[in-house]
Amino acid sequence: MKRLAAFIGFFLLFLLANRFLPEIIDPYYLHLFTLSCINVILAVSLNLINGTTGQFSLGHAGFMAVGGYTSASLTFYLGPKIIATLDFLPAILAKNFVFLFALLGGGLSAAFLGLLVGIPSLRLRGDYLAIVTLGMGEIVRVLILNVEAIGGARGFSDIPAYTNLFWIISLTALTIAAVASLTASSHGRAFLSVREDEIAAEAMGVNTTYYKVIAFVIGAFFAGMAGCLFGHYLQLLHPNSFTFLKSFEIIIMIIVGGLGSIFGAVVAAVILTLLPEALRYLGPVKDWRMVIYSLALIILMITRPQGLFGNWTPDFRRWWPFRKPQPVA
Amino acid sequence: MQEFLQQLVNGVSWGSIYALIALGYTMVYGVLQLINFAHGDVFMLGAFFGFYFSRWTKIAQEPTLFGFFATLLFAMAACALVGVIIERAAYKPLRERPRLTALITAIGVSLLLENGGQLLFGVDPKFFPSLISETRLYESANLVISNLPVIILVVSLALMLLLRFIVMKTTIGKAMRATAFNREAAALMGINTNNVISFTFLLGSALAGAGGILVALTYPKIDPLMGLLPGLKAFVAAVLGGIGNIPGAVLGGMILGVSETMVAGYISSTLRDAIAFALLVVILLVKPTGLLGSRVGEKV
Amino acid sequence: MPPNTSEPLLELATCSISFGGLKAVDSFNLQLFPGELVGLIGPNGAGKTTVFNLITGVYKPSAGQIRFGGKLLNGKKPYQITACGLARTFQNIRLFGNLSVEENVKIACHLHYQTSLFGSVWKGKAYREEEARQHQKIESLLEVFGLKQLSREKAAGLPYGQQRRLEIARALATDPKLLLLDEPAAGANPQESRELMALIRWIKEKFKLTILLIEHDMQVVMGICERILVLDYGETIAHGKPEEIRKDPKVIEAYLGEEAV
Repeated sequence: MKRLAAFIGFFLLFLLANRFLPEIIDPYYLHLFTLSCINVILAVSLNLINGTTGQFSLGHAGFMAVGGYTSASLTFYLGPKIIATLDFLPAILAKNFVFLFALLGGGLSAAFLGLLVGIPSLRLRGDYLAIVTLGMGEIVRVLILNVEAIGGARGFSDIPAYTNLFWIISLTALTIAAVASLTASSHGRAFLSVREDEIAAEAMGVNTTYYKVIAFVIGAFFAGMAGCLFGHYLQLLHPNSFTFLKSFEIIIMIIVGGLGSIFGAVVAAVILTLLPEALRYLGPVKDWRMVIYSLALIILMITRPQGLFGNWTPDFRRWWPFRKPQPVA
Repeated sequence: MQEFLQQLVNGVSWGSIYALIALGYTMVYGVLQLINFAHGDVFMLGAFFGFYFSRWTKIAQEPTLFGFFATLLFAMAACALVGVIIERAAYKPLRERPRLTALITAIGVSLLLENGGQLLFGVDPKFFPSLISETRLYESANLVISNLPVIILVVSLALMLLLRFIVMKTTIGKAMRATAFNREAAALMGINTNNVISFTFLLGSALAGAGGILVALTYPKIDPLMGLLPGLKAFVAAVLGGIGNIPGAVLGGMILGVSETMVAGYISSTLRDAIAFALLVVILLVKPTGLLGSRVGEKV
Repeated sequence: MPPNTSEPLLELATCSISFGGLKAVDSFNLQLFPGELVGLIGPNGAGKTTVFNLITGVYKPSAGQIRFGGKLLNGKKPYQITACGLARTFQNIRLFGNLSVEENVKIACHLHYQTSLFGSVWKGKAYREEEARQHQKIESLLEVFGLKQLSREKAAGLPYGQQRRLEIARALATDPKLLLLDEPAAGANPQESRELMALIRWIKEKFKLTILLIEHDMQVVMGICERILVLDYGETIAHGKPEEIRKDPKVIEAYLGEEAV
C-alpha cells in the first residue's frame, strides 16, 4: 500500500516537473539533462550485464539501435492508425498511449536481440564474447543501413516528438530503481555469483546459463527503451549514431564509474555527457576537447583503475528520515 | 570464371593487408592478453608517416621503386617507435591490473590517436602520392591484373616470412613464445619480459605501418579515422584464426579479405562491412576458440 | 561393512573418464549408504578430484552410471545435481571472493527461493518473509562455523583456514543430504585439523549428512572415516576399514613406492 502511494506520488511529481520545468529552465540545460538521462539508462543497464554478471558485452549500441528503430517504426507507421481508433480519448492521452506502446515494443524487440546475443555467451568467454557482441552490434547497424523503409543510409527522419520530460524522468528513475532492486535481491546475488566464479556458482545450485542469458535480456530491454527515448527526442535516427564507438562510450561510463557500482554508473554517465559540452567553453583550446577527453580517460585508468567509486554504493536508506531504527551490531 | 579470378586476386591482396594488421593484434594478445584497440590507429599513422615522408624527401614527385621501399621502411620504423612509446607510457603501468582496465586504456589511446590525428593532420582526407605507377601485368576480356595487388601480396608475404623467421629462429623470438606461454614462468627463467613485450609491440606496429602504406597505394584517400574499421576487422581476422596464434592471424586475414571482396562483387557492396562479423559469429559458435586456436579447459 | 539391507544413497557403477587418451578414472565403483562417512584417498594425480567432478556433473563420464537416491544423475547439469541434495567444496578454494561472507552463503540458499525475478524486484511481503527466513538460517549456520562476526567481510580477505570453513558452510546452505569435501584440512596445522575433525563429525550428526571426503592428512582420514577407498592411477586398489587400509601392502606401495614394502 505504501509502495503504491509512493508510485502515485512520484507519478504526480514527474507530471508537475514535465509541466513546469521547461518554463523555468534554459532549453539548453534541459537538452543536456535529457541526453544525460538517456546515457544513465544505457550505463545502468549495461552495468547489469558487464558489472554485475561479468559478461563482457561491447554491443550495447546495437540494442539501443534496435529499440530505437522498432519504436520509431511503430509510432511512424502504426501510430496514426492507433490514434485514429482512440479518437474517443483526449489527444494528449492517445499520444502518450501510443508512446507507451512504442516504448514497450522497442524494449521487447531489443530484449529479443539480447536473447539471441545471450546464447553465444554460453559458449564464449571474455574477449571472444566481447568481439562477438561487438560484431552483432555492427551487423545490426549494417542491416539497418540496407532497409529503405526505415531510412537506410539517410537516417529515419520525421519521427514524432513524443519524448518529454515526464517520460525521461520516469524511465530513468524506473531503470535505476529496478536494476538496483534486482541487484540487491536473491536473483541479484545469483548474477554476482556468475561473475565471481561460474563453476562454484553451478555447484551451489545457480543455473548460470539462465542468469547469463537473462542479464542480456534485461540489459537489452532497458537499452531498447533508451533508444526509443532517443529517437523520439531527436526525431531522427541515423545508423552512424550506433557504431561500436557508442558502445565504447557506454562501457567507458561504467568503467569510469566503477564496474558494478550503479551509483558510479549514474554519476559517470552524467559527467561524461557533460564533460565534452563543458570543454566547449574553454575558448582557444576547444579544438582539443576530444584529445583532453581521451587523455583524461587514460590518466584515470592508470591512476585509479577501479573507477571513481569502485563498487561502492552509498546507503541512501541511511539518510531516509522515516526508516525504522535498526539494532546496532 | 574470369570475374571470379579477378575478385580472388583483389581479395587475396586485400586479405594480406588484413593479415599484416591482424598479426600485430594476435602477437600483443599472445603476450599480454590485451586487445590493443589502438593498433588500427597505428596503421593509420603508418599511412600518414609515409605521406609526409614522401613529400618531404620529394619521393612523391618522382616515384621510384627505391623511393617506395624507403617510404615503407620509414613508416615501419616510425610506427614501431610509436608502438613502443604507447606500450611503455600507457600499458606498462597497468601490467598487474585487471585486464579490463588495460582494455579501456587501449580504447583511450585509440581515441587519443584519432582525435590527435584530426587536430594534427586535419579532418579532411589527404591524397597519398602514387609511389608506384600502375601498370597492367596481364589483360584479357574480363581479367585485369595490375602490378599493385601483386606488389602488395609480395611485400606482405615477405614481411610475414621475416616475422616467422624472427619468432621461430631467433633468441628474442623464443623469448616471445615463452612469454606468451607463461609470462611468470618466463620471467623466472631469466627472460626480461618487459623488453619482450616492448619488442612485440615494436614488431606488430611495424607491420601495421607497412599495412598503412600498402593500403594507401590502392586507396590513396587517407584520413585520421581510416584505421577504425580496418583495425576492427583485422582484429576480427585474428579472432577468426584463433587469437594468439600467428598462422591463425594470416589465415583469418585471408579468409576475411577474400570473402569481403566476393560479397562486394557478387551480392552487395553495402553488406560488405557486415560479412566480417557474420563470419565471426558463425565460426565462433561452431568453434569457440577460432579456427586454429586451442584452449585449455579450466581446472576444477 | 555397512548393512546391505538399506538402499545406497549414492552409487557409482563402472564409471570411467579419460582425458586425451589418459584414463583418469577407470571403472570406478562406489556405494555410499545413508549416514556413512567415507574417505577417498590416494597419491597425487590418482583421480580423486575427478571422481568428485564426475559425481557433481562438472565432467561427464564416458561410461558408467551415477545414481543418487535411486535417481540417475548422468547428463544432469551441476546445478540440477546440487538441487537433488548433493553439495561439495573445492580443493583449490572457490569462494565468491569479492562478495561478503554472508552473501557467499546466501547464494547457496538461492535454489530454495520461490520468488520470481519480478517478485524480487518488487520486494513484496512474500519475498521479504522469505529473505528473513533465509537470513535466520544463514546466521545460525555462520554461528556454527565461527564466522558470524565476519559476516560483512569480503571472502577473499579471510585467512585460509576460515575460507575452508566458509566453503563448508556455503555447501551446507544448499541443504544437502550428501556432502563432498575435497581436502578440507589442506594447509591446516595439527591443532586446526583436530578441530576440523570434530566439526565434521558434529555437522554430520546435526544435519544428518552422509559425507564423502578426500584428504591427504592421514590423521584426519584414519580418525573419522568409517570406510576408506584407495585410488591409484584411476583404479580402486583397496577398500575397507581404516585399520585394514593401514596394513594393506598395495596401499603402502602406492604411497611409498615398491622398495618400502
